[in-house]
Amino acid sequence: MALTGIQIFKLLPKTNCGKCGVPTCLAFAMNLAAGKAELSACPFVTEEARVQLAEASAPPIRPVTIGTGVTTFKVGGETVMFRHEKKFENPTAIAILITDAMSDAEITDRVNKFNKYTYERVGLKLRANAIAIKSESGDPAKFEMLVEKIAKATDGALILISNQPDILAAGLKVCADRKPLLYAATMANAEAIAKLARENSCPVAAKGASIEEVAELTSILNKAGISDIVIDSGARTVRQAFQDQIIIRGSALQKKFKPLGFPTITFPCEMAGNPMKEALIASMFVAKYAGIIVLSDLQGEVLFPLVVERLNIFTDPQRPLATTSGIYEINNPNEKSPVLITTNFSLTYFIVSGEIESSKVPSYLLVMDTEGLSVMTAWAAGKFVADLMATFVKKSGIEGKIKHRKLIIPGYSATESGGLEEGLNGWEIMVGPREGSHIPAYLRNLRD
Amino acid sequence: MAIEIPKTPYSGKVREIKLGKEAKTITVGGENSFPFYVFEGAMPHKPRIAMEVLDSPPQEWPQAAIEPFVDVINDPITWAKKCIHTYGAEMIALQLVSTDPNGMNRGADEAAAVVKKVSDAIDVPLIVWGTANHEKDTQVLTKVCEVCQNKRLIIGPVEEKNYKKIAAAAIGYKHTVVASSPIDINLAKQLNILLGNLGVADDMILMDPTVSGIGYGMEYCYSVMERMRMAGLTQQDEKLQLPIICNLANEVWKSKEVHLPDNENNMGNAKNRGILMEAMSAMALLLAGGDVIIMRHPEAIKLIKEMVADLTAS
Ligand code: SF4
Repeated sequence: MALTGIQIFKLLPKTNCGKCGVPTCLAFAMNLAAGKAELSACPFVTEEARVQLAEASAPPIRPVTIGTGVTTFKVGGETVMFRHEKKFENPTAIAILITDAMSDAEITDRVNKFNKYTYERVGLKLRANAIAIKSESGDPAKFEMLVEKIAKATDGALILISNQPDILAAGLKVCADRKPLLYAATMANAEAIAKLARENSCPVAAKGASIEEVAELTSILNKAGISDIVIDSGARTVRQAFQDQIIIRGSALQKKFKPLGFPTITFPCEMAGNPMKEALIASMFVAKYAGIIVLSDLQGEVLFPLVVERLNIFTDPQRPLATTSGIYEINNPNEKSPVLITTNFSLTYFIVSGEIESSKVPSYLLVMDTEGLSVMTAWAAGKFVADLMATFVKKSGIEGKIKHRKLIIPGYSATESGGLEEGLNGWEIMVGPREGSHIPAYLRNLRD
Repeated sequence: MAIEIPKTPYSGKVREIKLGKEAKTITVGGENSFPFYVFEGAMPHKPRIAMEVLDSPPQEWPQAAIEPFVDVINDPITWAKKCIHTYGAEMIALQLVSTDPNGMNRGADEAAAVVKKVSDAIDVPLIVWGTANHEKDTQVLTKVCEVCQNKRLIIGPVEEKNYKKIAAAAIGYKHTVVASSPIDINLAKQLNILLGNLGVADDMILMDPTVSGIGYGMEYCYSVMERMRMAGLTQQDEKLQLPIICNLANEVWKSKEVHLPDNENNMGNAKNRGILMEAMSAMALLLAGGDVIIMRHPEAIKLIKEMVADLTAS
């Protein structure tokens, strides 16, 4: 919760010495509140005030960074309960489980899938984020070898799973520089795990038997100097886990309850007997507030829908998803194929390209950059109008791909056809259907 | 450690609506908290899944979707019966795809006769869905209302462009209407008001916010539904306190990814991919506030019913 200037002023020395660059403590406080100054500019602020100010200005749910390098990801940092209020900040991270009870072939296969399964969508690369490595055997040497093997085979972020500090320490020997998440500190081992985390500056997962216990545990870890915490409330039934996710986020955001102000980790892999059900549980957690989801395996048919759902939920509601502008070739078009034009709003693009595809009519689709606005909205905003469309068509390079000069525009853009015929010399402008679902019939008619 | 648990200040509840024939009605709605927040309120009636039946054989379905119905796919009556008796359907949604003017363009009389036969053959609630072609739906759905008098069908989509005639017929012949608006909370509310002004009782309306699935992008409908629920439950917006119906099935099964073969683009098994895309989409819609979801694949439905049972388990 941000403090007001007056609240901050009360914590300052009130000597008006001017060392901070402004003449009075009050002026400095106002600048701090407005984010225009750093507290460190005042050399006289007391340690106590510093702690209070830091606490008060900390985000209600701590953003926690896991991993290093290109596959680093952040979880937490969320500020709202509903995505229409403000963007959900950090997409739920997806982890695949590997244990030291698995065969070498199985381990290699899982790491390969983790590395290989990526999906391109609206110009983004979607993939799983982490490998969760679990010690089943309780043998530190075995764990160390497994972690080393995996760390060499992938640059993905790592989660080390054991409740034995010596086992986690064995794993850390070979991957501490990768900043893995240590899972998990419990009431029984909190001191030892906190020590490991401090020495290796790694984030820690706190696992309680209930929300109450986990809140107590994060306070203990905090006192032990650990602030990068991810929490597991211990729930493994769908109903309890769902409820915990909502209560954890709600109490952090609405009650400013610090002990629960952390991202969460969830385990669909321990909540279902089969991969399909597990996938559904994971999809629930994407919508409702999990920071990390650990899956028992990676199957393409599970991962693909899950990462697309995640993309949808974590899209900025103020900034529509946009696809890359340019020429899209659908159903192998040739120089005689029809040319359609639409905007780069992703939903528009998916609908129009999907309908063209299902028509089976070879076509070119010109996707124009309208800053992610739909046909109607872009038109109203003056971004999908005759002169801009004409310039785009000329520059797109479509004229080199076709022999004819006919352009099909969306039905909702009919008013632009006159202007377009002027702007695009020698082109015939045809008004297509208003609704995407009528495109296949329109294209087939054209052909017959 | 004692937890400070936030309480949402609810001030309203979703209207309870009875669907289906007198002797065998199903009630939907009635929840007075956000979806599945059973620790804050009550969800007296679980969300329901309506199984989809087409009035003419499907043209573009992938193998995975045809397979469960391959023996009945040419006959909507046996198809509907199979859904009920083999797959345990609690409701049927009959899609009048044959009436599409850009397709078979079947006439209103013929289409309505098929609806009548299906309605006579089953006793679970029957949803009848047109093609969203305003003129054609007006002809077809008014005819359906008349021919199926007193069958208490659920008729949709009824849109701002064509609500008058269809809703009037629904009032006259005692059917529930599906008020359909284009992913916009204000237009949804406005249509409910217009229907009210025309004389449609509030307990004869379901809202259709126009949904999409994973594949096309769910973010818009997801948020519009959440906002509808928020308005109805916490802002006393009575005109948005109606149960929400989501016509999901085709939105998923028409997407490109459902049609890709096994292992293409690292997308795994084609059949399971389709099932999961449908079930996960339904999961998100239920979490956003759906009360009735129209679905296609029996295995996707089974998964979703399990999730609903788990989420509402005591
Ligand atoms: S340096 Fe500190 S004490 Fe001096 S005026 Fe600035 S805020 Fe006040």
